[in-house]
Amino acid sequence: MAYIKLLNEELPGISGLLANNPRTAVPLLNLAETLLRSPSTLTSGERELIASYVSHLNDCHFCHTSHGAAAAAHLACDLSIIDDIKMNFAQTDISPKLRTLLNIAAKVQKGGKYVQAADIEAASSEGATDEEIHDSVLIAAAFCMFNRYVDGLGTWAPEENEAYREMGEKMAFLGYNRTR
Amino acid sequence: MPHISLPDHLPGITGLLEFSQNTAAPIRELTQILLRGDNSLTQGERELIATVVSHNNECRFCTSAHTAAADLLLGESETCEMVKYDLDNAPVSDKMKALLTIAKMVQKSGKSVSPEAITNAKAQGATDIEIHDTVLIAALFCLYNRYVDGLASVTPDDSSFYQYLGERIVNHGYTRLPQGYDHLKNS
Repeated sequence: MAYIKLLNEELPGISGLLANNPRTAVPLLNLAETLLRSPSTLTSGERELIASYVSHLNDCHFCHTSHGAAAAAHLACDLSIIDDIKMNFAQTDISPKLRTLLNIAAKVQKGGKYVQAADIEAASSEGATDEEIHDSVLIAAAFCMFNRYVDGLGTWAPEENEAYREMGEKMAFLGYNRTR
Repeated sequence: MPHISLPDHLPGITGLLEFSQNTAAPIRELTQILLRGDNSLTQGERELIATVVSHNNECRFCTSAHTAAADLLLGESETCEMVKYDLDNAPVSDKMKALLTIAKMVQKSGKSVSPEAITNAKAQGATDIEIHDTVLIAALFCLYNRYVDGLASVTPDDSSFYQYLGERIVNHGYTRLPQGYDHLKNS
């Protein structure tokens, strides 16, 4: 049970918090929608992988699994990608550019100052633009917020990947501002 | 030097928010609601939460700006200084000490927030909404601090810059200036 009283205790993770706090839910969902689904040279699948990877590094099971499921929906691949994200993408075929952006995201997760000029140069040399580097840093920073919100208030999360399949499809195809 | 090309006349967070106005809009709106909206925590108390998290994240830009805002709102600078360096003896209520303790846990990670810290905050009279807002403000500054330092935006050394920024925060808030920021060129 969450640390604070929620209107609907059955809603897992951030869902219960958003339903309870419509005021702050609006900009939080708009931020997720803009970062993960608005037009970008990074695909939504790539952006959801960054979100899921950072959430895994923050040990936030709900965000890691739900955004992993959203990535799987975008990429039309098996939910086992959720487990591969934990293995630093050992099985998944990701582009060299995305790998450099994931490296930057991992540094951001530790702290802003961990990002070094060499990390940026590695991304640039794989063709990453300023916008793509910016978006990778901000997605990573935003998930350092979302993950803390979800776990800092002690919300519950379903365990199995399969429990996130439908949620991931809704996130991917209906978006974050869908009617709930 | 910043890791990406940012407007020269806008150091710190402002240049980033101008670089990407689509993402800036919800970030600004969230901040305005949390730090300036109606709340049983005063604006000064909420700035203390922003400051202590930025301080522990070692983000010099955000710490300096929100210290300036907190000092202006509280009318003195001792409280904010004590909150950063010696919370136990800081001249704030026991409820604020409990909430600031939760904020410091959030800075480390979501899972670091202990049930005991929540129980203590409730025992000191903190409401569920106050606990919610404290956690979300602390989490939001974990975003800001990483955004500012992760892209190596410029951190001015001049203390008068932060005085100006603190006044802008107190007098205008966190929404984008209606006239934009071009008037700050060459200033």
